[in-house]
Amino acid sequence: MALDSKIPPGPIDKKWTYHKGHMRIVAPANKRRIDVIVVGTGLAGGAAAASLAEMGYNVKAFCFQDSARRAHSIAAQGGINAAKNYQNDGDSTYRLFYDTVKGGDYRAREANVYRLAEVSANIIDQCVAQGVPFARDYGGLLDNRSFGGVQVSRTFYARGQTGQQLLLGAYSALMRQVGKGAVQMFDRHEMLDVVVVDGKARGIIARNLITGEIERHGAHAVLLCTGGYGNVFFLSTNAMGSNVTAAWKAHKRGAYFGNPCYTQIHPTCIPVSGTHQSKLTLMSESLRNDGRIWVPAKLEDAQAIREGRKKGSDIPEADRDYYLERRYPAFGNLVPRDVASRAAKERCDAGFGVNKTGEAVYLDFGAAIERYGKLQANVLKIENPGKEKITELGRAVVSEKYGNLFDMYENIVGENPYDHAMKIYPAVHYTMGGLWVDYNLQTTVPGLFALGEANFSDHGANRLGASALMQGLADGYFVIPYTVGDYLADDIRTGPIDTKRPEFDAAEKEVVDRINHFINNKGTKPVDEFHRRLGKVMWDKCGMARNAQGLQEAIAEIRQIREEFYRDVRVTGKANEFNQELEKAGRVADFLELGELMCVDALNRNESCGGHFREEYAEMEGPQQGEAKRDDANYAYVAAWEWTGDAGKANLHKEPLTFEEVKLTQRSYK
Amino acid sequence: MGNMKLTLKVWRQNGPNDKGRIVDYPVNDVSEDMSFLEMLDVLNDDLVRKGEDPIAFDHDCREGICGMCSLFINGEAHGPGRGITTCQLHMRKFKDGDTIYVEPWRSTAFPVIKDLATNRSAFDRIQAAGGFVSVNTSGNLVDGNAVPIPKDDADKAFDAATCIGCGACVATCPNGSAMLFTAAKVSQLSLLPQGKPEAKRRALAMVEQMDKEGFGNCSNTGACEVECPKGISLEHIARLNREYLAAVVTQE
Repeated sequence: MALDSKIPPGPIDKKWTYHKGHMRIVAPANKRRIDVIVVGTGLAGGAAAASLAEMGYNVKAFCFQDSARRAHSIAAQGGINAAKNYQNDGDSTYRLFYDTVKGGDYRAREANVYRLAEVSANIIDQCVAQGVPFARDYGGLLDNRSFGGVQVSRTFYARGQTGQQLLLGAYSALMRQVGKGAVQMFDRHEMLDVVVVDGKARGIIARNLITGEIERHGAHAVLLCTGGYGNVFFLSTNAMGSNVTAAWKAHKRGAYFGNPCYTQIHPTCIPVSGTHQSKLTLMSESLRNDGRIWVPAKLEDAQAIREGRKKGSDIPEADRDYYLERRYPAFGNLVPRDVASRAAKERCDAGFGVNKTGEAVYLDFGAAIERYGKLQANVLKIENPGKEKITELGRAVVSEKYGNLFDMYENIVGENPYDHAMKIYPAVHYTMGGLWVDYNLQTTVPGLFALGEANFSDHGANRLGASALMQGLADGYFVIPYTVGDYLADDIRTGPIDTKRPEFDAAEKEVVDRINHFINNKGTKPVDEFHRRLGKVMWDKCGMARNAQGLQEAIAEIRQIREEFYRDVRVTGKANEFNQELEKAGRVADFLELGELMCVDALNRNESCGGHFREEYAEMEGPQQGEAKRDDANYAYVAAWEWTGDAGKANLHKEPLTFEEVKLTQRSYK
Repeated sequence: MGNMKLTLKVWRQNGPNDKGRIVDYPVNDVSEDMSFLEMLDVLNDDLVRKGEDPIAFDHDCREGICGMCSLFINGEAHGPGRGITTCQLHMRKFKDGDTIYVEPWRSTAFPVIKDLATNRSAFDRIQAAGGFVSVNTSGNLVDGNAVPIPKDDADKAFDAATCIGCGACVATCPNGSAMLFTAAKVSQLSLLPQGKPEAKRRALAMVEQMDKEGFGNCSNTGACEVECPKGISLEHIARLNREYLAAVVTQE
C-alpha cells in the first residue's frame, strides 16, 4: 500500500485553515448515533474524549490505571510551549515551527509541525479557561521560561508540575462529560486488541483488570492515545505501567509503525543506584536554565571523586570543564536533549564521570545561587551583603523556582543539592517514533487514529523540551475533533456496531489464548527478569549510540530472550482475577517484538539524526567533528514498517519528506 | 544488594469478600538506596520464583505525582517522612532488624480489591459531580492574558491544585472524611476568576456526592494535612466551608 500523507494543498500557513474548511462534518443529530472509543486518558486521550463528547459523540474512554487522572502525562515537569510572544522576544508561529523542524533534525513532516505551532496559542487560552493555575508574574500575567534548542522564552509552566496541572485540566473536562453520561469511563481496563471489520477499525477487546473478564466494545472509530514505548528499555522515566501493547496490537492488525528507532534519551536524570532499580527519575530540563553542567577537566580529579577522596566542591573553577558551554557557545547548557545526552556520554566514556559507576556528570547551581543572591540583595537594598547572606538569598530564589525538584532529588539520593552539585546522567524518556499517521492522524487502518506520543508525527528524530504536552493537547483538543468527523461522515447510517460478529469472536479468542498460555506455562522465572534482560540489550546496543554490528547482535539476542520468555516465564495466579503478573507478561511479550523492530529500523537507517546516533555516521573532522552526520540524499524519509508475522521481517514503506519552507542544513548549536 | 534484614507484616486479602490477615515475610539484602516499592518488588520476585502469589499493590509513576501508590506503613499513610508518597519513601528511613507493618488504605468508601490495592473510584465521582469549569473546547476563547490573576491567588490556587488524589487524607482521618480532597478542588477553582461563576453550585454538588459515597464527616482533627504528601493546607477546608455555607444560605 502506498503511503498517502494527505497533506492539504496551499501555502504552509493556509493548509490547516483550508483543510478545516473543506472537511466533511457530522450534523449534531447524527453525532448521537456514532460511538467513538478512546484508549488512554493522558493529555491526548483525555482532551480528545472530553472534546468529542462535548460535540455530541458517544464516547467510551479506557485506561489501565485506577483513574483517568493518573495517566503518565501527569509526570511531565517543565512546561508547555506556545507561540504567544508575550515576552516580545521575536517569537512567532513560524519560529516555533522552524525550531521544531530543526530540533527534530529535519525528519518531521513540515505540514504537521506548522499546524502544531499554529494551534499552540489556543491551548494556553483553553487551559486558562479551565482553571489551570499557570505561573504568573506580579502583574497577574502569565510567566514564561526557556527550554533547550530555542533562543526565546515561550514555555508556560506551573512550577515543576506542568503536566500534572494540564492533565488535571483535561481530566476535569473529561469528568464533566462523565457526569453528564456523555462519556462512559472504563478505568482499570486494558485494551488487548483492535477489531477490524471489512478493513475498518470497529472496536476493541479489553480486559477488566479487577475481574479478569474479557470484554468486547464496538465503535465507529477507535482512537489510540496510549503514549510511548520507552519502557522497552526496562529502565526509563516512564511510569511502570506505560506500555506499547495497544499500539503494537494495532500494528499487528495492519497499522504501520513509523520510525521506531527514534528514542529520546533525556540528559538530566538521576543516575542508576543499583540492580534493584525499577525506574529512573527525571530532573526537569528547566533546571538547565540555571544549572551549569560540568565534569573535572583532569582525569585524576575525576578518579579521586569516584573513589570518594575528593568532592565536586573541592575542584577549583579553573579545573572544571563546562563541556556544553565549551562545545556549544551559542546555546550553552540549553542545547537540545540529544546533543546534551551524547556530550555527557562522551565525557563519561572518556573517564570523567563523577559517581561510583562512572556514569554521572554534575549539574551545578552554585553560580545561579550567587547570581540570584546578588540580584535579590539589590532588590532588597541590602548594602555590602556578605557571602553567606548572598547564598541565603540566592537559595530562596532557586527554591522558589525549582524547590519541588530539589526535594525530589534529595529524597532519592539522600544528598542536599543546594550544598552539593546534583549528579545526573541521561535516561530514556520519550519515543518520537510511533504509529504512522497521515495529516488527519489516521493510521493505515481506516477508522483507527493515533494521537500524542503514540503517533510518530511531529517531532522528527528528536523532540524539543516542552513540546510533548503541546502535541498531546493539540491533537486532542484541536485536531482530532475536526479530522475524525471527516471520516465518520460515512458512518451516519451504519448503526451500532454488532460485537457478535465473527471478527470479534476471532480477536477475543486470540486474546484468551495468549492469556491462557501464560497462566498455564510451567516456567521458572518472573516476567521482570526477561524485561530487565531485554532492557539491557536495548540500552547497550540500541541506546544513545548504535552501530551495525551491535544492532545485529541485539536482534539475535532479543530473539533468544523472546524464545526463552515464552518457554520459561512463570505467571502466578489465575486469568479471572486481579493479576498484576499477568498484566506485565502481556506487555513484556509485546516489548520483546517491538525491541527487535527498533533494532531493524536503526540498522536500516545508515545515518545519524537526532536521537538516532550511528557511530559509523559522525563528522570526522572540521568544526562539527563528532556531531551527527545526516544523509539527506538517501534517508530524508519516514520509515513506516508493515507487520508480516515476524518483527524481524517487517516490510519497509517510505514516506519521502519534502521540505518547502525550511532549508535542510546541518544542525548547529555552536 | 544491600545488607539490611527486615520483617514485613503484610495485609493479604484475596478480594473484597475475603476476611484478610497479616502474613509475615522476612526480607534480606535490602539496600538503603531502594525505594519502599523496590523493596516490595524484590520480595515479590522471590515469591514468584517460589510459585507463591505475589503481593498486589498499586503503583505507577514512582515519582510521587500520579497518586496511584498508597500503603499504610507502620500506622502512617505513605509511611514515615512528610511530604512524600510511598514510592518516594526510601529504605534509608528504616534500620536493620526493623519490623514493618504494611496495610491498605482503610475506609468504607475505598473497598479492598486485593491485598494492598483498593478501589478509589469514589474520588472520580466526586470530581464528576462538579470539579470542573463548564467550558467546552474551543479555539475562540479570550486570550490567556485577558484576565490578569493576582499572583497570590494564582499561587494559592496552585497549592490546592497539587492534590494527587491518592486518598491518604481519607485513610488517615479517624472519620474517613474526604474533606481535604474535595476542598482542594473547590478551593482551587473558587480562587480563580474562571471558576467563580459556578463556585456555589460546585461546592454543593461535590459535598453532596462526597456524602453519598460514604465518607465520614470532618471534625477538624487536622490529621489529613499532616499526612498529605503534597502538604495541602486545612485552609482549603475552611474555604470550602465558607463556599458551602454561602451556597446553602443563598440557595433558591
